[in-house]
Amino acid sequence: MAIIERPAPTVPAIVTPTTTYGLLKRPVSATGWRSWVFTVDHKKLGIMYGATAMLFFIVGGVEALLIRLQLAAPNGKVLNADLYNQMFTMHATTMVFLFVMPMAAGFANYFVPLQIGARDVAFPRLNAFGFWAFLFGGIFLNLAWFLGGAADGGWFMYAPNSGPVFSPSNGVDFWALGLQITGIASLTGAINLIITVLNMRAPGMSLMKMPIFTWMITVVQFLLLFAIPVITVALFLLSFQRNFGAQFFDVAAGADPLLWQHLFWIFGHPEVYVLILPSFGIVSEVLPVFSRKPLFGYPFVVFSGAAIGFVGWGVWAHHMFASGLGPVSVAVFSLTTMAIAVPTGVKIINWTLTMWSGKLWFTTAMKFSIGLIVLFTVGGLSGVTHAVAPSDTQQTDTYYIVAHFHYVLFGGAVLGIFSGFYYWWPKVFGKMLNEKLGSWNFWLMVIGLNLTFGPMHILGLQGQPRRMYQWTEARAGEGFFNLAFWNLIASIGSFVLAVGILTFLINVLITSRNPQKAPLDPWDARSLEWMTTNPPKEHNFDVVPTVHHLDDFFHQKYEEDAATHTMKQVRTAEEIMAEQERNADKHIHMPSPSYWPIVLAFGLPVITFGVIYSHLISVVGGVIVLFAAYGWALESSTAPDSDFETNTPGTGLDKVASNHD
Amino acid sequence: MTDTAHGHASSTGISNVKLGMWAFLGSECLLFGGLISTYMLYRGRVTGGPRPSQIFDIPFTSVSSFVLLMSSLTMVLAVSAAHKDDDRKTNLWLTVTALLGATFVGGQVYEFTAFYKEGLGFSTSLFGSSFYTLTGFHGVHVTVGIIMLMSLVGILKRSSVPGKKAEVVEMIGLYWHFVDIVWIIIFTLVYLIPV
Repeated sequence: MAIIERPAPTVPAIVTPTTTYGLLKRPVSATGWRSWVFTVDHKKLGIMYGATAMLFFIVGGVEALLIRLQLAAPNGKVLNADLYNQMFTMHATTMVFLFVMPMAAGFANYFVPLQIGARDVAFPRLNAFGFWAFLFGGIFLNLAWFLGGAADGGWFMYAPNSGPVFSPSNGVDFWALGLQITGIASLTGAINLIITVLNMRAPGMSLMKMPIFTWMITVVQFLLLFAIPVITVALFLLSFQRNFGAQFFDVAAGADPLLWQHLFWIFGHPEVYVLILPSFGIVSEVLPVFSRKPLFGYPFVVFSGAAIGFVGWGVWAHHMFASGLGPVSVAVFSLTTMAIAVPTGVKIINWTLTMWSGKLWFTTAMKFSIGLIVLFTVGGLSGVTHAVAPSDTQQTDTYYIVAHFHYVLFGGAVLGIFSGFYYWWPKVFGKMLNEKLGSWNFWLMVIGLNLTFGPMHILGLQGQPRRMYQWTEARAGEGFFNLAFWNLIASIGSFVLAVGILTFLINVLITSRNPQKAPLDPWDARSLEWMTTNPPKEHNFDVVPTVHHLDDFFHQKYEEDAATHTMKQVRTAEEIMAEQERNADKHIHMPSPSYWPIVLAFGLPVITFGVIYSHLISVVGGVIVLFAAYGWALESSTAPDSDFETNTPGTGLDKVASNHD
Repeated sequence: MTDTAHGHASSTGISNVKLGMWAFLGSECLLFGGLISTYMLYRGRVTGGPRPSQIFDIPFTSVSSFVLLMSSLTMVLAVSAAHKDDDRKTNLWLTVTALLGATFVGGQVYEFTAFYKEGLGFSTSLFGSSFYTLTGFHGVHVTVGIIMLMSLVGILKRSSVPGKKAEVVEMIGLYWHFVDIVWIIIFTLVYLIPV
């Protein structure tokens, strides 16, 4: 559906392609599965990102539960050593690349245009392509399970362990090529969102009036823009070695396996901030709303986010302290790692001071945000212990590391994502998630994650190595710090965590059956995405807003009372909406749906499949890509005016093209 | 291309497609940065087969480098003609640019064949692997550029280019210049600086 004619809100506009641009007629349906598969609407794509990421979250979660089942008791028999290696490799790969990143991309897709008062993104078809490439890449990665075994080298796939000698199955090939495809998705997504934020802000919205979530997403997209090509190079080197006989990591030929480690972590450390900063953004939206106060020190939160984005490039070698870098490198990276704790600490303090003396409203979204502050701080503190190189050398490859990154990623990134679910659910689906179940959801998850990951600190300091597939009674030790007890607790915790996430899914199911609609502005929110209907119309805003303040929606609702110096409500959200509808723009052109994004994205796994099995298949994939690229290039992103017709009741089909300006 | 979809002008004053291309090229810097670093690390590591100094033919590569640099000049002329809305000249200069690019790629194919005959295969040594990977990636970039240029000529002839013509020509021009600049760096580091 490509045009919104007003006034006639009940009658959908009909688009008939009179001119065929490109190689196929463009799709037109506004209902049914076609309206999703060929859509270029950033909101639909945001939902598709979110739903797909949630499915992968469940896959990665089941993998985690199998790992914990295996380690719950001595001499675990659930998985054999080989399958265990595949399990932890794919658990991490799935959670990082197929859950947290695309889930953040989903939030970004949905809310960045709304928050900056735009009707769309800069490259709608590229945006759709990004989603399909992510989905096909994710499926391709997991295909390896059924074709001889998944990747088994750990998520950072160190050389020479990743070579054909130690990883003979096709798992690593699927892994390297699958990540190339999801990498292409991230790169196109980054370009799209960066240009959207730079170019498509509503009139008056300067960069320092942008909502903080949009700011953090922007920093993340710049990180992706520059980090993805580095892993692309690393993955190419790996694939060339495995599939075409190159020698990049062949020690016998004089190669330096550290090259892989450097390339991987130059990507990998910015990637860590790619995972956490979106959640920082969500929390920075949620805390002010439920504290009934503006965000404390907005510029500090913005600049500390940007600072993390810069300093994040100078800390990668702290992942490699145990590899013998030499004292100078170790000292430098030790110091930069301590330095990056500063901007993070600034954020924690700003969030705390946002709540300070605020009228706190403990909704589920708020609880998850407070949970993030507390648990991310725990993970941050253990992170600082890694910055101290002598102590890190002891902790390397133990469960202490596992404890650390699960506190920052689960306690940080995932709790932030759940906070976003509860906060924005009424905006996206027009219904409120159940708060009572939400409370269960929150407490089960928080208790579960502390039970799971808390004991891992002890296990790690006691010397339990990361990635070992069995432990024995004889070496478990005795007394309070014995491995048996804490492994069991961690395994029990993981199931509590799983029940917590199940509670969320039940909540979603119950909410979807609840006929009750959400109020227009349920949280008395502050930013522009709330200044439209729930869910928003296809064109987002009836009138493109003109922005005067940071938190402009709040300032439209509230004005300062001169006598008492307090904020007084002068307008309700409903009144603002009614005014927008009265002044609604006529003739809004939205980009039209397209076949090409999904066709082009489909060509990619065909090519990579051919790299593994037969180069003939690659040629077929190449032809698909080329065909789609031409179709894409020849099609304009909006169908021409002459294609638009509206169905006016009583008069039949009535051409309106001549009325267009 | 996409500007028509939106009622308002861009916040920066630069069109979406042009800014998007700049962002993409920023990303490409890191791609070639990684490949060049790999080559610089491995260029002296020869356990078998020829060493760099034994096979490089500097005069030959200098000539093909000159051809590629000249293609940047013709690209500028194409962009200038597109801004003047001169379709005939735009097509002419785009075609010349593509031909110069094809000459360069042809030179590279010849060079690869010659090196292979002298004993430098992709799996011969670390030098071989990293040399072919780096210059190969650059060659693929030039080839993609040629395909884009020729497609553009075809599209301009059918005059079915979506969006503003000059904008599209300029965007592909940015890509073309970038690939040329990368070659200057590669030529200097790979061929001119002795191991």
